[in-house]
Amino acid sequence: MYTFSSKLKTFSIALVILGALGIGYGFFTAPKTTDDIKEMMQHAEETHGTTTEHVADTGHKAPVSEHGTADEHAVTADSHDAHADEHHLEHVLMQSQNRPWSAVYVAMLFFLLIAVCVLVFYAMQRAASAGWSPVLFRVMEGITAYILPGSLIVLAFLIYSSVGHGNHMFAWMYTSIDPTAENYDFAMETKDWWLNLPGWLIRSVIYVLIWVGFRHLMVKNSRAQDNATDIKHFNKNFKYSVIFLALFLVSELFMAFDWLMAIDHHWFSQLYPFYVFSSMLVSAITVIALVTMYLRSKGALPNVNDSHVHDLGKYMFGFSIFWTYLWFDQFMLQWYANIPEEVVYFMPRLLGSYQPLFIGMLIMNFVFPVLILMNKDYKNKPWFLAISGLVILAGHYIDLFVMVAPGTVGNELHFGIPEIGAILFFLGLFLYVVFNALTKVPLHAKGNPFMKESEVYHYY
Amino acid sequence: MSSKVIHALYDDDDVLMTAVKEVRAAHHHIEEVYTPFPVHGLDRAMGLAPTKIAITSFIYGITGLCFSIWFLNLIMIQDWPQNIGGKPSFSFAENMPAFVPVMFEMTVFFAAHLMVITFYMRSKIWPFQTASNPDPRTTDDKFLMEIAVDGNESELTSLLEKTGAIEITVKENH
Repeated sequence: MYTFSSKLKTFSIALVILGALGIGYGFFTAPKTTDDIKEMMQHAEETHGTTTEHVADTGHKAPVSEHGTADEHAVTADSHDAHADEHHLEHVLMQSQNRPWSAVYVAMLFFLLIAVCVLVFYAMQRAASAGWSPVLFRVMEGITAYILPGSLIVLAFLIYSSVGHGNHMFAWMYTSIDPTAENYDFAMETKDWWLNLPGWLIRSVIYVLIWVGFRHLMVKNSRAQDNATDIKHFNKNFKYSVIFLALFLVSELFMAFDWLMAIDHHWFSQLYPFYVFSSMLVSAITVIALVTMYLRSKGALPNVNDSHVHDLGKYMFGFSIFWTYLWFDQFMLQWYANIPEEVVYFMPRLLGSYQPLFIGMLIMNFVFPVLILMNKDYKNKPWFLAISGLVILAGHYIDLFVMVAPGTVGNELHFGIPEIGAILFFLGLFLYVVFNALTKVPLHAKGNPFMKESEVYHYY
Repeated sequence: MSSKVIHALYDDDDVLMTAVKEVRAAHHHIEEVYTPFPVHGLDRAMGLAPTKIAITSFIYGITGLCFSIWFLNLIMIQDWPQNIGGKPSFSFAENMPAFVPVMFEMTVFFAAHLMVITFYMRSKIWPFQTASNPDPRTTDDKFLMEIAVDGNESELTSLLEKTGAIEITVKENH
């Protein structure tokens, strides 16, 4: 049995506290009124002399605004009458107030989707009757323990953002399909049947139920198999894995539409859910590798050998390229077609202030793994794999951040204490939940019929 | 070089693997092993040097990438620039995303084909080459181990019999 070292426990709790302070700072310093915004702009003018440019920037190009239509912004920028000015300031205020919410949302989704994708990887191993991986099953099961607390936090956030009117993260909630209304949004006329509050919330609950339910079933059967005399539980888990994989793909598809793509609700891409999935799956495999290497260094996984870690490294390499493939597919089709309603998504990201992150994550998620993880000798060095794993994780966090932030916070890049605080908070929580779960059961799933094959597995 | 070789025939790859290890442990030199299909781990058991084909493949891939960049720049930018869908081809950098699929395919094409050709050359398989395996049964379901004999014929024969060879023949080397 693995014991949660007090050092790691203190570390994770310290992360949670530090993160909470960072998040609190974000909410505390967020502007409260339009006067604060005026002051900020005044300050920006004094220091950079770019206020007019800034105003035009945030007003004009915002792909998603609280009131949706582009015409209103044109009015704002053209006439500059007192009413429109105030209107624009309110819009900027909402975006600034979104910032701490957005930071928290990105971090909580990042860790939840990692845990869910670990379950997907686990189900893949079971559905494929893989012989190499059963020694890692308990590690994967431990990581999926985060699905329950993580998804409850996300659900609470979604409920607070929608029916609680806690923030303006999801602009489509504040639109109307009535052409005479002030907040009329032409795009919602065709999307309203899907993007409406009751449907959105019910669907969110269904996704979470699928993930939590199958996690519970599969882990229960896996533990029951330990002391079983037949392989009944193992066979059951095979069936559950197959069903889960099918249900997961559907749930993930609509989850990506509802939770992420709906932030930019004027924009659409059918590849988006797969792109999100590939990003989170490679992060999940990286997390499995990192946790495995940590536990191995503590001597908790005597049956895991270099070949298992090497295989995880190969998956990290392979899925990094898979991610690039989907990222590029989505980008190139819209870049080439050059239709305004599509490229609006890439304007702030590729050409705007998010460009360093957008290009940077491409280097971290593609160029870096390709060059570093291609060589077998490099994948065999745990410290080397750990460093590349951390770079890949950081890269995919940035990926998720760049998906969310331009639509909620606006076209000006803000990255600082609230964002880092949110990462630290959820990282601490993730570590605490995962390593606590790992202490609950033996890390050796001895009942698995493939265990012998996995123990003697060697690549070279 | 010895003038005689001994041929031991096996009918199972697991038996062959153990036999190879035992013969190596007894410090005999295995000249070659003929198998109807690739046996996983056999090269390691025989003590062969690790293959360098992965490195050649990488170099071929890089070659393909460079070739495709030169090729696309020549045909799409320099020689015959066209206005495709409102994207005029006057600069390689600005049109690069459109070329990525071609660059990718060329990289794969070069790496795969040249690697296979390299493998053929390295294995001495080229047109009009006659088969060099000593026993045609190794193309069906038997495995053959060839060991150099150096005045220790009887000792080797008894060792090979112990390892489970189904047929042992001594041949003059040619």
